[in-house]
Amino acid sequence: MTAAISYLFLQHYWWIIISLLGSLLVFLLFVQGGQTFILSLGKNDVEKTMIVNAFGRKWEFTFTTLVTFGGAFFASFPLFYATSFGGAYWVWVAILFSFIIQAVSYEFRSKPGNFLGAKTYEVFLFINGLLGPLLLGIAVATFFTGSVFSLDEMNHVIWQSPWKGLEAVTNPMNVILGLAILFLARVLGLLYLLNSIDHQDLLEKVRKKLVLNTVIFLVFFLTFVVWLLFATGYAYDDTGKVFMEKNKYLHNLFQMPLNTLFFLLGVISVLWGLFISLFRNSDKGIWWTGAGTVLTVFALFILVGFNRTSFYPSSYDLSSSLTIENASSSKYTLKTMFFVSFMVPFVVWYIWVAWKAINKKKITEEEMKEESHIY
Amino acid sequence: MLQNIDMSLVDWSRGQFALTAMYHWLFVPLTLGLSFIVAIMESIYVRTGDPEWKKITKFWMTIFGINFAIGVATGIILEFEFGTNWSKYSWFVGDIFGAPLAIEGIMAFFMESTFIAIMFFGWNKVSRKFHLASTWLTAIGANLSALWILVANAWMQNPVGMHFNPDTARNEMSSFWEVLFSMSAVNKFLHTISAAYILAAIVVVGISAWYLLRNRHIVFAKRSIVVASVFGLIGILNTIGTGDNSAREIAKEQPMKFAAMEALYDGKTHAGLVAAGALKGENKESEIRQRDFIFKLEIPSALSYIVHLSPEGFVPGINDLIYGNTRRGILSFEEKADRGLVAINALRDLKKAKDNDPEKYAELRAQFENPEWVNTYFKYFGYGYFKAHEPAKIIPNVAISFYSFHTMVGLGFFFVLLMFFSLIWSINNKITQRRWFLYVLVWSIPLAYFAHEAGWVLAEMGRQPWIIQDILPTMAAVTNLTSATVQVTFWLFTIVFTALLIAELKIIFKQINLGPKDGGQ
Repeated sequence: MTAAISYLFLQHYWWIIISLLGSLLVFLLFVQGGQTFILSLGKNDVEKTMIVNAFGRKWEFTFTTLVTFGGAFFASFPLFYATSFGGAYWVWVAILFSFIIQAVSYEFRSKPGNFLGAKTYEVFLFINGLLGPLLLGIAVATFFTGSVFSLDEMNHVIWQSPWKGLEAVTNPMNVILGLAILFLARVLGLLYLLNSIDHQDLLEKVRKKLVLNTVIFLVFFLTFVVWLLFATGYAYDDTGKVFMEKNKYLHNLFQMPLNTLFFLLGVISVLWGLFISLFRNSDKGIWWTGAGTVLTVFALFILVGFNRTSFYPSSYDLSSSLTIENASSSKYTLKTMFFVSFMVPFVVWYIWVAWKAINKKKITEEEMKEESHIY
Repeated sequence: MLQNIDMSLVDWSRGQFALTAMYHWLFVPLTLGLSFIVAIMESIYVRTGDPEWKKITKFWMTIFGINFAIGVATGIILEFEFGTNWSKYSWFVGDIFGAPLAIEGIMAFFMESTFIAIMFFGWNKVSRKFHLASTWLTAIGANLSALWILVANAWMQNPVGMHFNPDTARNEMSSFWEVLFSMSAVNKFLHTISAAYILAAIVVVGISAWYLLRNRHIVFAKRSIVVASVFGLIGILNTIGTGDNSAREIAKEQPMKFAAMEALYDGKTHAGLVAAGALKGENKESEIRQRDFIFKLEIPSALSYIVHLSPEGFVPGINDLIYGNTRRGILSFEEKADRGLVAINALRDLKKAKDNDPEKYAELRAQFENPEWVNTYFKYFGYGYFKAHEPAKIIPNVAISFYSFHTMVGLGFFFVLLMFFSLIWSINNKITQRRWFLYVLVWSIPLAYFAHEAGWVLAEMGRQPWIIQDILPTMAAVTNLTSATVQVTFWLFTIVFTALLIAELKIIFKQINLGPKDGGQ
């Protein structure tokens, strides 16, 4: 049976896995989005502690998904790993740096003798909340807008800007997607608080914040989508030669209708979640907006990787652009990893069981006083 | 071959990786071992229902949590540094090396991070058995993650299960099982995790001993010592057994590292094992910068016995590996470099011929598929980079290899005694009377960390100048960055890691001072 699996199928299959991990990661950035409110939303220590603990019980999922996203990219598309991480050095280092300071902040914040003081760890969480989604958004935007690199005959990357990736901020579309992801994360963070905390005063403030953040998110997101519909994209032909195609992403939307359906369902679901949270006082918005986020981001990844589209294009040297066909691992490795990926549903299942077990009771002021393990 | 490489860039990149890895390894072994110790303690609590055991479990769980977070923080950097600082490596062997890292994420990290949340926050939310299962699954997840990264590291020491694809200019996996079950991988995994168990046991025993010295939490301390000593004793015996196997594997696959570990320059039969010794400075007149012994204590024929299970066995020295030994069938460095250069040039010619000379391309392509040619020339690909360089370039730092190896082994044997007496004297209830021994236990904590770091220094420095043994020199694997760029990130990471280490130590010391009643409940 396995002999019948083609190399091309495996390359597409692995791009689907990458897209799934990427979309789950964006959803899980609600932790980062929520962290940006720690300093501004909690008016006293109890409220602040409730917010910190709501996200503190979930930070490992985001972190692990980021690590797995990186690992899966390494295993399935190592040329991307080598090119982007080695080339756009400063962007990735900045992202990683923001995650180092996050990992310890929850655990250290409320512990006696924590050296830097609780406030410092709260600032660390804020920095991670701000930089993580913003820079990840900017990095992913270059999948559409292109980067300035070339590859030599041994496939070694030569980055053409001394800014080593930071030059991406000079392209407004990169920044707009970065900001869209940041405000999406903030919106998701607020929705998560609505779902997991039982504290009237705090929830009222959350709903107020939700209005403004939703508007900002929608402005940035829709700007990006409109740009995308008219953008000239990086396509490749039968021989693998990369060329510029007008309205490439619009063509992809027409030529991959199922994916377009995912995209539209995703957007509708995001909007529905926001609607019921803002106008119907529902606490289930996180699930609708979260699922919508996964669908939308998944569809965007497919849009930039399938239908002969270069997923990591070089605007400096088109022929160096990466596609799922020229950047992938060997057939043997992809096939091995294909079997490994069968574990994913099992992983999702136990995460779900554990998530439900922890979230079945909402976080209350009393729990913060009684619980033995508090962040 | 290496004239165009900025050596300062290579050194700073190595420095940054070493910094991250050494910091990371300050936290990981405790996570690996303590997770099981806590699981055992909680099992006893669930079985007996004795609240004292719950108190014990929760205290060590608190220590585990503080340590875990910082291990995670340094770990993410390590994974991504393969891409950011070693991008040529990532492409050259990513097809093989990436898979274990991805499996680590999918299989192990999620298990660890999912159940750790229940372990910490589930006490009042899930049943006792569900909680206990979560604690065990956290431990298993942590140890599984160690499996995959150690498989990846073992593969760098002994690259197997792959072939070179000249079209993509990279190595590709040909057998996943060979990568996973190579003897190097099996030994490395077992050796490293059991060494982690002994470290965790020493931390638990050492802290408990401190309580006994202070006459605090007596029952807590004695029970902790018994559990940790049994666990540690099993751990250290396994560490020594697998260490012995590892040594044999190194002698076979990395003879230069093995010779450097023992500072053995002239190969011989009946080779003795240096039990202790001190080295002189480098002899500048010698082409290979030889270092002689100031003194050494040798166990006769033991080295030959370790490698060949017979005193008659020949153990090659550094001179044999540099200048060759025809009688023993060992090629000289010169010969290997010549052969490697043939392989490198063949790859260059193939690349040139690909688009404009199909016949030549086909001929060269066939060469890369010919096992005899591959075995004669391609096998030494990495040596080609060193053509026209002095032979000293392919010798690891002998002093560092020698001292790190002997430190690790010496401390290992000391830990056997430590765990043995700690178990015996705690069972017969005499441990509180031997205050000197309690002090020894406390001061053994830093020694355990020292032994671990020495082990990794040996593994990584001893492999130099290779990033992948015989295939890719470290110098040829580095990302094209400026040395200044890497210096900035090096110092940035140094400052952050150091600040976080200080914070972690202060928090842990504070928790220890508060004790199980206040800190653990």
